[in-house]
Amino acid sequence: MSTIQSIAEENEQHPDVALVERVRAGDVSAYDELVRKYERQIFRIAQHITQNREDAEDVMQDAFLKAYEKLDQFQGNAKFYTWLVRIAVNESLMRLRKRRTGKMVSIDEDLETDEGSVPRDLADWAPDPEQNYSQSELAEILRKTIQGLPQGFRVVFALRDVEGLSTEETAEALGLSVPAVKSRLLRARLQLRERLSRYFKRKTGPAMPQEAGLK
Amino acid sequence: MTCTEFIALLDDLIDDSVASPIRTEIENHMHECEHCEVVFNTTRKTIEIYRSHELYELPNNLRERLHAAIMARCKKGC
Ligand SMILES: [Zn+2]
Repeated sequence: MSTIQSIAEENEQHPDVALVERVRAGDVSAYDELVRKYERQIFRIAQHITQNREDAEDVMQDAFLKAYEKLDQFQGNAKFYTWLVRIAVNESLMRLRKRRTGKMVSIDEDLETDEGSVPRDLADWAPDPEQNYSQSELAEILRKTIQGLPQGFRVVFALRDVEGLSTEETAEALGLSVPAVKSRLLRARLQLRERLSRYFKRKTGPAMPQEAGLK
Repeated sequence: MTCTEFIALLDDLIDDSVASPIRTEIENHMHECEHCEVVFNTTRKTIEIYRSHELYELPNNLRERLHAAIMARCKKGC
């Protein structure tokens, strides 16, 4: 189930700071701990962006290696995890670029759409709508639905809502402004809601006029 | 408050970061506007469902293999 880290609280001395210090002093086992701590999240983020299992495996390895190499460039005032996510996002985009040779890939791609910024499907959902599906059906619905979002929305939703980064951390990891993250997040949430409505809305029996009017 | 104004505040409402005077206005709107109430509840549910279902699980054996590969290369100085 969920492994969302509680990374919201900002304390003076984040436990990662000590680990990073140890790695810098040459203690590789401290890096082992950092990798273990974040490998699942980095893998998921890479999957969300590349939508490809093998790419995600490569990105995960490359991101941790790159972070290790560049650790002396890491500024202590940023969180190690946010910094690592930024590296993983860039590695993922590079991977996509290789796949679609020559075509520019960025997180600003495909955002020329107003789709879903105004809610249209206003039918209420069943009380526990996910219980109408088996675990594997549900996972398939959720994957298909999020994969249909434009990339720039999908990544923001994945970092902010799935991985639990703050708005500011998401902005930092993606190199976006805070207002840009906020506007994408709203549209991502509304579009996902709209698409999931198809599966989750309350079954109101045949020929409800309200349902017939919604397309 | 109009529905458009409500939607513009939806994220803040979901993330529980609305100041109290506006909060009352929002709650009044939801009380009389069924559509916005549905949008609020189902959007919140959307997030909750995505948060509680692991879509891209990393199986343990694969995780161990990747982990070992990373650490082997780090020990060699990459
Ligand atoms: Zn309304």
